[in-house]
Amino acid sequence: MTLTNKTPASRSALAQRGGSALGDRVFSWWTLGTGLLVLAILGLILITTVREAWPAFDAMGPRFLTERIWDPNPATGEAIFGALSFAYGTAISSLIALLFAVPVSVGIALFLTELAPRRLRGPAVTVIDLLAAVPSVVFGLWGILVVAPAMVPVYQGLHDLLGGVPVLGRLFGPVSSGRNFMTAGLILAIMITPIVTSITREVFSTVPRADKDAALALGATRWEMIRGAVFPHSFGGVVGAVMLGLGRAMGETIAVALVIGGATNISANLFAPGNSMAAVIVQQFGESTGTFTAALIGLGVVLFAMTVLINVLAQTVVRRAEARMKGSVA
Amino acid sequence: MTVTAPPATRPAAGGPDLTRAALSGRRRFTNHLATAAIWAAVLLAVIPLALVTYTVISKGGGVMSLSFLTEDIPNSYRRVGGGMAPAIVGTLLITGAAALMAIPLGVFGAIYLNEYGKQRPLARVIRLMADVMTGVPSIVMGLFVYISWVLLVGQQTGFAGALALACLMLPVVIRSSEEMLRLVPEELRQASMALGARKWKTTLTVVLPAAISGITSGSLLAVARAAGETAPIIIVTGIVFSPNWNLFDGSNTALPAQIFRNASTSFPAAQDRAWGAALTLIVIVLGFTIIARFISSRFAIKER
Repeated sequence: MTLTNKTPASRSALAQRGGSALGDRVFSWWTLGTGLLVLAILGLILITTVREAWPAFDAMGPRFLTERIWDPNPATGEAIFGALSFAYGTAISSLIALLFAVPVSVGIALFLTELAPRRLRGPAVTVIDLLAAVPSVVFGLWGILVVAPAMVPVYQGLHDLLGGVPVLGRLFGPVSSGRNFMTAGLILAIMITPIVTSITREVFSTVPRADKDAALALGATRWEMIRGAVFPHSFGGVVGAVMLGLGRAMGETIAVALVIGGATNISANLFAPGNSMAAVIVQQFGESTGTFTAALIGLGVVLFAMTVLINVLAQTVVRRAEARMKGSVA
Repeated sequence: MTVTAPPATRPAAGGPDLTRAALSGRRRFTNHLATAAIWAAVLLAVIPLALVTYTVISKGGGVMSLSFLTEDIPNSYRRVGGGMAPAIVGTLLITGAAALMAIPLGVFGAIYLNEYGKQRPLARVIRLMADVMTGVPSIVMGLFVYISWVLLVGQQTGFAGALALACLMLPVVIRSSEEMLRLVPEELRQASMALGARKWKTTLTVVLPAAISGITSGSLLAVARAAGETAPIIIVTGIVFSPNWNLFDGSNTALPAQIFRNASTSFPAAQDRAWGAALTLIVIVLGFTIIARFISSRFAIKER
């Protein structure tokens, strides 16, 4: 009698210690909710910023993107908000950054995967990690107070040397100060090197050992092996890494705001001051009101749309490249 | 008498010469050139790091003192002296609050991705979007929090800064925690289920503890990155000159915002304070990074 009474009791005790069925359901819904938070935040960013920027979009229409004049407080007439010169500044500084950062990053990634002696690999990774750990505002501070003044003679020298060459000379025009597109690009290059390096390195490390050994066995030198086995395999992934770097460079705000010069300017001259979309927002947001604020938020909308687009494309490219890699190993 | 073979000479008659010396000059040259270029790339990355570190330590070290860490910020850029105490307080409070919000949410998000969602379409979309969210510029996150929180409560607060930093940390925490959960051996889950534990209990008492060191170090790295974020702080937290311990009332400030403000001026006194603040910030960020590295190397699950 006592036995039959006991069994259900102990079973229920066991079941309780295992957790309740309700707990399972609540827990799975709760984790799903936190996962969905990411989608919710991205959606909310789009909705709230577009709504808040609407007065500026409404006033300017498509001219918001095609107009090069940005005049929030004109002496007479209506304020004009044209993002074109800032979009130009964003594009040109990011391109300069890629020009410098991509070869260096690919080089470091090759060093880490193919070349480095075992005892140098750790320190090299640490250098990249530290470079990524330095806050961007510190690079900005260093850029404005140390790099910009120090680069003036270099820029001047380049201008004297190449300024007279017909087409090329327009890129190396007169130097007014060290705060210009070029300095912004250089600082950005330092800042995006870690991310481009780490993704490129991951892609390089998925190249099958057999392919590399085959190239070497056929008598290829190390460089011929890299060109013949590593590069063709990882081209897609490297493109993705470059695009991620581009996304970072376009969105970087503080360092650029400090070193780009703060002028509304479209010029082929790399040594001229300009401004970027992200930098304008942080420089002028404090003093803005009404439509001016809406226009700055509008710049944010454009920036958000462009970075999301680039990131989605880049992630897709990287994923596809990695999936193909795994397939070829198996 | 057997004929002794002549001493072996290479190359064997008729065989091709496979030694390095046989490479054509052009191929050898290209190989050396490429090797040199790769070494140069590594040096190019070391130079800016060394220069930044050197400048921050030498210029910041000159300003650093106990009073710099404990005094209020002068309300005039011109004035010499003063300190960064309000910014240090702000950085620690704002980053701490952001971590308290982002880390638990991020870990649960990671649990969804690795324990429930796996390769389902929804989980893949969330994974992709978390990666995309990592690339959203911090200034956009600042604008978002300004519109949806600062305009709502009617004032710039430290908490608004914490919200913005939490949004920036969330995707990083999700993705790094997911990687760590993936390393937990499947046998642990099966053993726990076989003993009668339900999935939520298995996850919370077996899987999570097994991965906790990796999750902690990944989260600390996210915190370190967030502590250096500047743009959202400038837009949503305003500015104060003496410490504000209340996150929910009144403006606040943080070290990165102070570096930015002081660096943009042409007054040497303000620039000195910027260097001092930069040194303080780097010490804080590096502190987090080193603790994270230590935890991950000391307590990591061995990858199988």
